[in-house]
Amino acid sequence: MGLIHETDFGTPGRDGAAVTLEIDGMAVTVPEGTSVMRAAMEAGVSVPRLCATDSLEAFGSCRLCLVEIEGRKGTPASCTTPVAPGMKVATHTKRLADLRRGVMELYISDHPLDCLTCAANGDCELQDMAGAVGLREVRYGYDGANHFDAPKDESNPYFSFDPAKCIVCSRCVRACDEVQGTFALTIDGRGFASAVSPGGDDFLDSECVSCGACVQACPTATLIEKSVIERGQPERSVLTTCAYCGVGCSFKAEMQGNEVVRMVPYKDGGANEGHSCVKGRFAWGYAVHQDRVLNPMIRERITDPWREVSWDEAIAYTADRFRAIQEQYGRGAIGGITSSRCTNEEVYVVQKMIRAAFGNNNVDTCARVCHSPTGYGLKQTFGTSAGTQDFRSVAKSDVIMVIGANPTDGHPVFASRMKQRLRQGAKLIVLDPRRIDLVDAPRMPKALHLPLRPGSNVAMINALAHVVVTEGLVATDFVAERCEDGSFAAWTDFIAEQRNSPEALEAVTGLPAALVREAARLYATGGNGAIYYGLGVTEHSQGSTMVMGLANLAMATGNIGREGVGVNPLRGQNNVQGSCDMGSFPHELPGYRHVSDDATRGLFEKVWGARLESEPGLRIPNMLDAALDGSFRAIFIQGEDIAQSDPNTKHVTAALRAMDCVVVQDLFLNETAAFAHVFLPGTSFLEKDGTFTNAERRINRVRPVMASKTGLDEWEVACRLATALGYPMSYSGSAAIMDEIASLTPTFSGVSFAALDRLGSVQWPCNEAAPEGTPIMHMDRFVRGKGHFVVTEFVPTPERATRMFPLILTTGRILSQYNVGAQTRRTGNLVWHTEDVLEIHPHDAEERGIADGDRVMIASRMGTTTLHAIVTDRMPQGVVYTTFHHPVSGTNVITTEFSDWATNCPEYKVTAVQVTRTNLQVDAEAAE
Amino acid sequence: MESATLVRMANQIADFFVASGHDEAVNGIAGHIRSFWDPRMRRALYAHAEAGGEGLAQLVIDAIAALRLSDSKIPTS
Repeated sequence: MGLIHETDFGTPGRDGAAVTLEIDGMAVTVPEGTSVMRAAMEAGVSVPRLCATDSLEAFGSCRLCLVEIEGRKGTPASCTTPVAPGMKVATHTKRLADLRRGVMELYISDHPLDCLTCAANGDCELQDMAGAVGLREVRYGYDGANHFDAPKDESNPYFSFDPAKCIVCSRCVRACDEVQGTFALTIDGRGFASAVSPGGDDFLDSECVSCGACVQACPTATLIEKSVIERGQPERSVLTTCAYCGVGCSFKAEMQGNEVVRMVPYKDGGANEGHSCVKGRFAWGYAVHQDRVLNPMIRERITDPWREVSWDEAIAYTADRFRAIQEQYGRGAIGGITSSRCTNEEVYVVQKMIRAAFGNNNVDTCARVCHSPTGYGLKQTFGTSAGTQDFRSVAKSDVIMVIGANPTDGHPVFASRMKQRLRQGAKLIVLDPRRIDLVDAPRMPKALHLPLRPGSNVAMINALAHVVVTEGLVATDFVAERCEDGSFAAWTDFIAEQRNSPEALEAVTGLPAALVREAARLYATGGNGAIYYGLGVTEHSQGSTMVMGLANLAMATGNIGREGVGVNPLRGQNNVQGSCDMGSFPHELPGYRHVSDDATRGLFEKVWGARLESEPGLRIPNMLDAALDGSFRAIFIQGEDIAQSDPNTKHVTAALRAMDCVVVQDLFLNETAAFAHVFLPGTSFLEKDGTFTNAERRINRVRPVMASKTGLDEWEVACRLATALGYPMSYSGSAAIMDEIASLTPTFSGVSFAALDRLGSVQWPCNEAAPEGTPIMHMDRFVRGKGHFVVTEFVPTPERATRMFPLILTTGRILSQYNVGAQTRRTGNLVWHTEDVLEIHPHDAEERGIADGDRVMIASRMGTTTLHAIVTDRMPQGVVYTTFHHPVSGTNVITTEFSDWATNCPEYKVTAVQVTRTNLQVDAEAAE
Repeated sequence: MESATLVRMANQIADFFVASGHDEAVNGIAGHIRSFWDPRMRRALYAHAEAGGEGLAQLVIDAIAALRLSDSKIPTS
């Protein structure tokens, strides 16, 4: 396959009544509001252009796309001229050709003529247009004033800015504004001095977030990937899916042979529609990083050196140790963890190996520590463990409530969609202790920010619901038709109690009641209300209760079951949704069906040819506890680094040390591998063949752009291990695994690689009733039938600020890094975040004699670590914040053992700490 | 399994269900533990209850009584 060239229609599409016009003698029918340029392109007529591209609104600056329109004077720009019924347009005439050549002459007179050595040679719209208009000479010569000596800006690690090649078409500036919404770029100066400027000294020093939208939009080599400069133009494309966050952006991996030259966001990608962020667009180098381990390794004890072995020896060794442990300690003494960074097919095979070959349900997934409360809460209330909307839905929202999420850092491509809608006038409510960037983003109305105290989420949601119920804001028709009478009545009785009023809960939430009432009224009466939330909701001792509280509020206000509304978890990792769908939880088989259900188990037993356990297995925290009591002695860990990512590091590492056999399958020797006896090399997303399911339930294809560097696909490793354990397991390929998933999972019954290749992607449920998937759920009825209201009593977390630990630490992530940093720390992204830092309010800092940049010690009852401090008023007083992207920071040394009551999701968001200035840099250490 | 951990987890579950009244809460707690706890965790909880049940909320103790009736054939491995 060669390079994929998506059609650029020049200007965005429109929805509207059909309008028929004539272009170059051909009748064309397009929606009202469509530009003449786009109408022509729809008819197969390409009008020359430079400043127009269909991801941006028309600008009309380059004067190349001029056309003649019968009955109109002059030569209007086709990009800014909307179609009209009966319009007759000529796009190619002698007059137009002369005008275009004249325009091109002027452009080229101030453009270096180094096409043969230019990195964009063969992929330059200026070059293309010179050819298209038949430019043969430049009468003005090249000796006049020009910009040839303008210095290059090479500060960004991924792209170069060469102003000498800039034609000042403003596409980069507009892409930054319209697509990304950062407004980092501008046109500085006037007339001949006009130049693109990132502000500040250079790109690295600017507000630029390196999303790549400007590079994508640039028609010349002015903004171009350094990888293209170094390697040359790619020769083929492979469509695949990003392996970072739960947005699941589609990319064209553009290749030279087996080497990736660049990743380009795919316009037809359902999740991202041509946009990207710094991680997906540029930070893929980890996949081919020298630190990757490509051969299996084993060792008898964790103090022994690793020994490289063949796959056969590694599999046999693992199987022998697992079998011996089971013989001595019982079938339930071993288990495994699946990874949200692996494909659905890989996850499915690992959980099958555990259930069928290990013979127990001791399988869990890293969703345990992030969105397991989402699964529980939404299943209880709506009937299924997933978000309700597609990402496009936000374009129809009138009020957007963001709770415990920081989309511009965690889910940047979706944040850009959200910001587009907010700039159009939608209202924003932010519930977060920190003043996240969305609160006062540029060119947006200021958000209604409710900086609630960490740990008070449920009190907060109850207060909001109290206002809705007691002020008569309930959508009574919706509730009567769609929800249970009984549970609604019980809930309204509870929520209407005075103790749930914003006034009564002021002392808990720390928020003025009037502000809470304003937010509740806005959400309930402002039109389409949509809730988007993240781990600030789930990673609490009442995470599941809070998720149910959100569902209650959405149902009570009728904000569910159509475009623009809904309850939407922003999933952290690329395949969190999929790993849960695939039966990674110890109590559920694929498709969220309980293991105790005889009929479901019977289905799987028949297809798998194995007897399956009807009792739930251990969850990750339970596995660790059981390791310390000696009943759990071996674990298979697929692509997760629990020694860094899971809370209370001391407890985690003690449990790992206590096990007889730890098997880690990963790209790198991660922190957990220090406790492993077997290391099985994993494959990067560039080698995988399968599917990821994103936060909107969208199943996207992950296609291999290169052969596995380890010699085996990951699913093959699981198959071999299962077989060695006495349960023969094999597939002809990933497609066959998906076929088996589809045959056993009703919501996936219409999914196949062939269907995905045909449709691009589908959102489950995808079955006979919805053969092309289901963008929005619960349209006519909830999956469980009637919506179920749940009484959400506020129970304060036992983790509280004390005299010894007076501050509350909360954790999160930043834009340039991802999770434990195993991937992003091995890329150029390090330039933005070389270490984790502690954000602290000026008052808290001053009280402790801490200045910006000081090294500080953070101590909790679990342990201590040191970080540099950033003094910032984005933090509320009494709350400090950090990330856990660097293992040396040991952030999870200080987080606690507390967890969600329903799911054991750890309470990362509330840890009582003390912060003191220190001159010492100490390795993170757990308290004894 | 460490009793303190199980007691904390069980009491947290009780805290959620307490609002629904005694009988419903007992059923809710028992159902939740039955659905989500591995048998060895349930056995350890029962053993702790038999040993006096220190720290357990009364609702949990009542739920354990209900659970044990339906859990008489709890697997041992």
